[in-house]
Amino acid sequence: MLKAAFAGAALLCATTLSYAHGFTVGDLTIQHPWARATAPAAKNAGAFMLIKTTKDDQLVKVDSDIAEKTELHEMKMADGVMKMSPIASLPVTVAAPAKLAPGGYHVMLLGLKRPLVAGEKFPLKLTFAKGGVVEVQVKVEDMTYQPKDDAHSGH
Amino acid sequence: MTVYMRCLLSLFSLLAAALLLSACAKKLTFQGSDISDSQIGQNFTLQDQHGKPRQLSDFQGKVVVLFFGYTSCPDVCPTTLAELRTSMQQLGDAAKEVQVLFVSVDPERDTPQLLAQYVPAFNPSFIGLTGSKAQIDETVKAFRAVYQKQGNGPHYTVDHTAGTYLIDRNGQTRVLVNYGAGAAVFTHDIRQLLEQ
Repeated sequence: MLKAAFAGAALLCATTLSYAHGFTVGDLTIQHPWARATAPAAKNAGAFMLIKTTKDDQLVKVDSDIAEKTELHEMKMADGVMKMSPIASLPVTVAAPAKLAPGGYHVMLLGLKRPLVAGEKFPLKLTFAKGGVVEVQVKVEDMTYQPKDDAHSGH
Repeated sequence: MTVYMRCLLSLFSLLAAALLLSACAKKLTFQGSDISDSQIGQNFTLQDQHGKPRQLSDFQGKVVVLFFGYTSCPDVCPTTLAELRTSMQQLGDAAKEVQVLFVSVDPERDTPQLLAQYVPAFNPSFIGLTGSKAQIDETVKAFRAVYQKQGNGPHYTVDHTAGTYLIDRNGQTRVLVNYGAGAAVFTHDIRQLLEQ
């Protein structure tokens, strides 16, 4: 009995922890949406996250009130030059989660209305073709933050 | 002279020759691309985040780490600056002999005041440089780098060369480190140049 209670408590803790900074709506799970803190007068910022799904879907739109324009962007290296361009949609499949990380895809916040301050959070709306709208809270990390599992490990 | 002595003598001369050879042929090996022979990156004149004019020659005697970017850059620039911050920590005391320079390719928006809010946040010793468009263009050209403004209106972005240049104590550009190489590559190659 006592054992079961402990197990239950442990499970509860684990659940709370894993969802401390993740959002699950329907088939979609958005893990650790984050952005870097910006210099007070900087105009743009990128937001990153990992999107998993149990049913193939597509991210088709991103919105936020913190910037004048919010777009989905792709980074590509061409002859040593990092080129950034808007994309219309991003596939999210059961086999391949959508990884928004430095060096790859990101949510581009253009014309920030206020600086991003480390420790704060701001809402971001993600619209999926099938899953509908998912609102997440983007956590602002330090300006110098480096994700542990970043895009570099991929190449 | 006995055979034994002659043998010993030749052994000594062999040893001496080997020592001499190793001293002369100490070749530096870099983990980034060795661009020592490319003759790129001449002197430049730009302004630092305090509005003070700066030239490459001001940093002679130090190993210079030069990177092109802009403060509204969402990805490449903060990643590279964060890696360099880690590298300086890895270098410890030797970091005092290294100067990181962040050269803006967005002179329209990147005022010295804005650079002052951004660049030293990664490490107080890092210097941000900006200038007139002509000064920036000249510097970019000298390093055979490129940049291209993307989009119109206030919300533009800038595509730019994402590599980082390592310049030795004599002002010669030696290494190009590709984007995403990681702090350990910087630390290794900077150490090579410091020990040279």
